[in-house]
Order: sequence, then structure tokens, then C-alpha cells
Amino acid sequence: MDTDSAIDFDRRNLDWYLDKLVQVLVFIGGISAIVFIVGIFVFITKEGLGFIINTMDVKEFFLSPYWEPSDEDAPEYGILALVAGTASVTGLALLVSIPFSLGAAVYIGEFASGKTREFLKVLVELLAAIPSVVWGFIGLTLMNPLIIQLFDVPVGLNVLNAGIILGLMTAPIMTSIAEDALKAVPDRYREAAEAMGATRWQVIYKVVLPAAKNGLLGAVLLGIGRGFGETMAVLMATGHAVNIPHSIFDPVRALTATIAAELGETAVGSDHYQALFTIGIFLFLITFVINMTADLIVRGVRRG
Amino acid sequence: MFTETALNASNKKVQRLFRILFMLMTGLLILPVLIILTMLVYKGGSVLSIDFLFTSPTDGNVALLISVPIGVAAAIYLSEYAADNWFTRIINLAIINLAGVPSIVHALFGVGAFVIFFRFGTSILAASLTLAIMTLPVVIVATRESLQAVPMAFREACWNMGATRWQTIRRVVLPNAISGILTGIILEVSRTTGETAPIMFTGAVFFTPFLPQGIFDQTMALSLHLFVVATQVPGVPENLPFGVALVLIGMVLLMNSLSIAFRMYLRARKKW
Repeated sequence: MDTDSAIDFDRRNLDWYLDKLVQVLVFIGGISAIVFIVGIFVFITKEGLGFIINTMDVKEFFLSPYWEPSDEDAPEYGILALVAGTASVTGLALLVSIPFSLGAAVYIGEFASGKTREFLKVLVELLAAIPSVVWGFIGLTLMNPLIIQLFDVPVGLNVLNAGIILGLMTAPIMTSIAEDALKAVPDRYREAAEAMGATRWQVIYKVVLPAAKNGLLGAVLLGIGRGFGETMAVLMATGHAVNIPHSIFDPVRALTATIAAELGETAVGSDHYQALFTIGIFLFLITFVINMTADLIVRGVRRG
Repeated sequence: MFTETALNASNKKVQRLFRILFMLMTGLLILPVLIILTMLVYKGGSVLSIDFLFTSPTDGNVALLISVPIGVAAAIYLSEYAADNWFTRIINLAIINLAGVPSIVHALFGVGAFVIFFRFGTSILAASLTLAIMTLPVVIVATRESLQAVPMAFREACWNMGATRWQTIRRVVLPNAISGILTGIILEVSRTTGETAPIMFTGAVFFTPFLPQGIFDQTMALSLHLFVVATQVPGVPENLPFGVALVLIGMVLLMNSLSIAFRMYLRARKKW
């Protein structure tokens, strides 16, 4: 207490206390994100830890292509085939979505103007909102017969199907992040190049794209993270067979889809159940690294 | 006068070529979706009825009650109080990761934390909490952006009048940012409506003939209903899942359009 102050000037009225109270409350809100992300890690680790310590054979887990958790005598927990499934589907999806979404971002950001641009931006935003279960359903009911007919293969639920679906899903997200990265390039760069007599394409190719390089890379990385973690669409469209694919017409199974399909059937606390949580820890760590890297790259642009 | 040289002409041709190429790419990105939507309407339109529309997602509403207060508080902290230091960077990283963690991992968290550890069982409460944490970043990011769009001069003017920080936020900043916050909330409702994986194991069931009586009951969700009808139930009428998909996509697109329209309207009448 400040008793020796000359004038009696005590600011601590009701509003002052209210102000302090709110400051504490919003601070709690602020740290909630940290609490939750740590909480997620703690709780999935808690459930999966028993498996990691007791049952897991690290070599088998990462290198064996056999995922046979329900085998009574010798259950085997190898995620190699699941990783291959996720990687092949995500890879194909990126082949579809990277060129198209970067192209679309350049068109929307640099070529289109006025109403067309606004319209396209809204459309892309709406596309990004379509739920993944609907995409999975489309893969199951529309793409499946289409692939069977076009390529004359017995089953249409395979890497190709899931890759295209996932590509279409991630493209709008990548488009809007890439468009933001292009927008972050200052207009005076463009003006300077145009003043030198460069055409619109020369400006884009020689000035805007190099300047937005990191932001575009960040967009691609976030797209990868998105594809990697996607669950419902790959669950419904991949064909769900544990298999290292040899062609794009092979059915596969993804890491995420395995959890979604099997968690409901396992007894809480069993090896199988804990193994699924271990896959969850694995997914968490990978997406964590991807997101951090993307953030560092994008932040690097802003600073530089 | 300026006359076009051969170089100018070829440059122009290249530009035109790329313009058309990128336009085609944009078109190809959008076209399949339009085809798909048409197919859904064509195949699913026939099973729509008023009855059908009343299976509304309860989870979303409860999730909203949890994530909106926390999300808005977090955004106020980040925009109005936090200094630009390592601690704020950690919070930002946490938000980015919360948004980037796969939905199935959120589901595992929901099972581990709410269903088992806190003994909520598979219930609306557990599912809502899971969804709330999952959609928290949507609310935080949207709110923070709209708070930061309020010009600094507004706050300074208010502080000069002797107002406390909270008085400034409540009387000046929030009223000017409320539109952006609402847009974020609508987007969150849309996200929760479409999510399937996080609620599969935490509270939603494929079918229950009763409406839920309390937060410890299980509930039906449109998204999970679609998944089960499409993959696990033999002998459903062929058009039924198309109808469910149509309703789901319709609800989500409607909410998103609403938030976009809202945003445009408010941007048009912005005072500064």
C-alpha cells in the first residue's frame, strides 16, 4: 500500500478490480491452447504407453508389413504397409493438387480481377468446407464405378480413387493459403517490373513467384499435413486392404483409417487398443513436425 | 509512337497462353465439384422430406457453448494483452498444431480423456468436448483477426478518456469486431456439423429412435449416419445415402454462404 503518497489517489475502484479479473480470465483462455495440445499428447501417450513399453518391438512396428492384431497366437503389429498406404495416397493427392492449386492461386491472385476474383475466392472457400465424409461417400459411390469402367479393373476403391478424392479435398485449402502468399508480395514489386515493360506473365514468373516462394512452400506443406491426417475420406475410398501398393490400382489402407476402423472393435486396455493409440502418437508427432516446419517457413517470409 | 516489336508480340502471346492455362486449371479444380453436387441433387433429391431434415446435430450446439467463450478469451488475450515474446509464439504454435492435428487423433484424445479418464462414457458431453477442442483454433483465429482489424486509434482515444483496458475492450473493441467474431462462430458450427471421426467413438451413434434427454445420452449425427448407411448397412434403398449426403452438404454450404454473405455485408458498411 502506498500510504505516503501526498494526494489520496486510489485507482482501485470496482472497474480496476474488474480489469484485473478480466486480465486473468483472458490469460487463462490464452494458455488453453497450450494446455490442450499438451493434454492431447499426454492422454494418447497414457493410453498407448503400455504397448510401447511391454509389447512393442520397434523393428517390427516400423519395418514389418504385417498388421495382424487379431491373430490369436501371434498377433503382429507392423505399420509399414499402413505407412506405405498413407504415403502413396497422399503422394498421388499432391500430384493432383499442387499444380492445380498453385495454378488456380496464380489465376485468382494475379490474372482475375474484380467480380471474377471475388466469385472464385468465395467458391474456393465453399469447396474447402465440404465435409470429408461426403468426399469419402463420393469416392465410394461415384468414383468407384467410374474407375472400374474407365480402366477395366475389378475394384475401383484403390490408391487412384483415394488420391484423386484427397487431391480435390486439399486443393482448395492449398489454393487459399497460396493465394495469401501471393497477396503478401508488395504491389510495388509488380509496379516496378511493369514499369520496366514486363508483361503480366513475366512479372509473375520473374518477380512474384520468387518473392512468394516460401509462402507457397508453406502452403504445400500444410496440404501434406492435411492429406496425411485425413481420415474419413481415405477410410471409405482406399479399399481398406493392408497391402504395400505396386500400382495405383491396388487397394491400400492408411494409418488414420486403421484407427477409425478398429478402435470400436477393441477392448479398452488390450494390446490392440494400445497399439492403435501408438499409431495415434506417431501421427501426432509427424503432423506436429510438418506444422512446425510450415510455420517456420511462412514466418521466415514475413520477417525477410 | 510505340510500335510493337516481334519480342513484344511473342511476350504477349506467352502471357495469353499462361492466362488461359491457369484459367483452365482453376476451372478443372471447380468443375468436378459442380458435377458431384449435381449428381447428389439428382440422386438424392427424391428422398428428401421434412421428416428427414429434423435429425439435427446436437453435438455442435453443446460444443459451441464450450469453445466460443474460451476461444474469444484466447483471442482477446492474444490481440489485446499479449506482448510479442517467446511465450506468445508458443501459444501461436500450439494453436497451429491444434488446428493441424488429424481429426482421428482428436478422437483418440476424446476417448482417452473424456470417455475413460473423466468417466463421461460415450455421451454428448464427451463428443462435444472433443469437438470443442478441435474447433477452438477456428474461433481463436477468426476472432483475433477481427480484433486486430479495429484501428489502434480507437483504443488510444478510449484510454485517453481514462478508461481501463477492459472498459476499452468491452465498449470499443468488441462492438467493432463483433461481426468478424460471429462469422468465425458460424464457420465453427459448419465444421462441427461435418465432422465424423472425432464423434464416432465419443458420443454419436448411427441410429437411436429417441431424441437425447440429457448430455450423458448418445445422439445421432448426420455425418456418422452417412458413413454407416454408405458402408455398413446392406440393403438400404440406393438413393437414401445420397439424400443424407445432400442434406449434410446443403447444411454446411448454407452456413458457410451465410458467413460469407454476412462478412461482405459488414465489410461494405464498415466505418473506417
